[in-house]
Amino acid sequence: MPEQFIFGIEVFLNGLMAGVLYALVALGFVLIYKASGIFNYAQGVMALFAAMTLVGIMDGQVPFSHLINAIFGTDVHHFGWHLPGLVGILLTMLVMIALALIVQKVIFKHLVGQEPIILFMATIGLAYFMEGLGDLMWGADIKKLNVGLPQGINIWIDETTYNIFDYGFFIDNLDIVATIIAVILVAVLVAFSQYTKQGRAMRAVADDHQAALSVGVSLNFIWIMVWSVAGFVALVAGVVWGTKSGVQFSLSLIALKALPVLMLGGFTSIPGAIVGGLIIGVGEKLFEFAIGPLIGGATENWFAYVLALIFLVFRPQGLFGEKIIERV
Amino acid sequence: MLDQAEGYTTADGRKIGGTVMDMRNITLRFGGVEAIKNISFDIREGEIRAIIGPNGAGKSSMLNVISGFYVPQEGEVWFRGEKRKPLKPFEVARQGIARTFQNIALFEGMSVLDNVMTGRLTEMKSGLLSQAIWRGKAEREEVANREICERVIDFLEIQNIRKTPVSRLPYGLKKRVELARALASEPKLLLLDEPMAGMNVEEKEDMSRFILSVNDEFGTTIALIEHDMGVVMDLSDRVVVMDYGKKIGDGTPDEVRNNQEVIDAYLGVSHD
Repeated sequence: MPEQFIFGIEVFLNGLMAGVLYALVALGFVLIYKASGIFNYAQGVMALFAAMTLVGIMDGQVPFSHLINAIFGTDVHHFGWHLPGLVGILLTMLVMIALALIVQKVIFKHLVGQEPIILFMATIGLAYFMEGLGDLMWGADIKKLNVGLPQGINIWIDETTYNIFDYGFFIDNLDIVATIIAVILVAVLVAFSQYTKQGRAMRAVADDHQAALSVGVSLNFIWIMVWSVAGFVALVAGVVWGTKSGVQFSLSLIALKALPVLMLGGFTSIPGAIVGGLIIGVGEKLFEFAIGPLIGGATENWFAYVLALIFLVFRPQGLFGEKIIERV
Repeated sequence: MLDQAEGYTTADGRKIGGTVMDMRNITLRFGGVEAIKNISFDIREGEIRAIIGPNGAGKSSMLNVISGFYVPQEGEVWFRGEKRKPLKPFEVARQGIARTFQNIALFEGMSVLDNVMTGRLTEMKSGLLSQAIWRGKAEREEVANREICERVIDFLEIQNIRKTPVSRLPYGLKKRVELARALASEPKLLLLDEPMAGMNVEEKEDMSRFILSVNDEFGTTIALIEHDMGVVMDLSDRVVVMDYGKKIGDGTPDEVRNNQEVIDAYLGVSHD
């Protein structure tokens, strides 16, 4: 078998794994968009915030310690505990739920019935606010996150492929775990929205506010729930990405990578977010591998956006999005 | 013929019970405009009560007050013998008041069955966890709810479109699905906002038949708003007539028909 082809397979597999990570972020967008019609610009920052909070809680960091020390002249930094990953994740989830409550009470409750663009602007404001809040609470330094997810090359795949192709594939254990987590997450989310009362109410709210009210659904409750779920997805994405590349500001930028994913998959489709993520992940890795060297490399930075642009021209609603029909 | 405590018997021999909904001196303003001016009327158990009037008379506003979409500045709403504090629309729905809308508010993305099932949302009590593992109470509840929905679907003769997405249905059928969703919640009071608006004669006849048999079979108390005088007079037991936010008539269709003020409001009167 030609060497190039074997390399290609490895690149393809790595692309799939990267795609799963993109899909994780995109999912958070889709959820909020489906349930409230809000395009949540803050989703990436929420992932960053969740990861920061998780690290802070696990390391027993005192929140706002810089602020407290500056005002009171004290010197507190740590509570002096170290919590296991699972406990940290649970506590962080509580923080994300509290955040959902505050976001709904302070911002979106007052914007019911406003134009989508206004809601969108509000999420931009939210994004910058949370970025600042995260730094203020936990400090702006780059942090290492380790909740016990396995990392490093998967020896089994390496050896097996070496025996077959005479060339060992490099597949990161973390990527495999991320894929499993993503699959479970999607299954749970789909089951939730299709088969539970709360999920049905959520779909009802997404479809028509007035009608939802008239069948006894509280918009307020559903929106707090949706933001909590989005916070949960952000937490999952934050854990995986944070473990992979450290908890740092650039984490919030992965949200931008989710945009082309959504354009491809459609803003309203959970499966669309998955497939879109995979296509982008595989596409950009293969493109870099095959075409990159010919045009000087660094294609991963722009490939996704160009692909999304092409899609916008030919299929603006995305692969799985609801078709936009305007009756005249 | 109208006994306050006991109710009354209609011309076709149906027994009408005591007061379900009592509106007392309701006034509703939008800024400086008085949409409803000091109106009182009641709705009795098992009756079909109509609110009629020319365009802009305040009929829809009145229905929105009952269903909680508007909160009146003055007056009291009494429901089943209790004074109601200002409620949100979803709380009103949970009390057992279901409604349809003049310009149809269905969940366009869902199938007919799913739409009707949303009518049961307020009746589902099992927690998220028991739904997740799909055992016992949650399962029984789902089955029971499904049965009620299927019965309503049969009753309104929309079995053949159960799985069809609502967005693909013609106007008249959408109205019927909306009625089905409202009925699925087994309401104590059913509000219909112009159930026959924009329908052709045949669809109107169908809808009238359904409204009558809903009232007959389930004993549902119905309050409806309608433009079409003929339809209203045939359907309803008692009629409230509104004009420019005021109540100008209240009584049986015959009484209302012979009321000079009502005739003037509908036919117009020269003011010289």
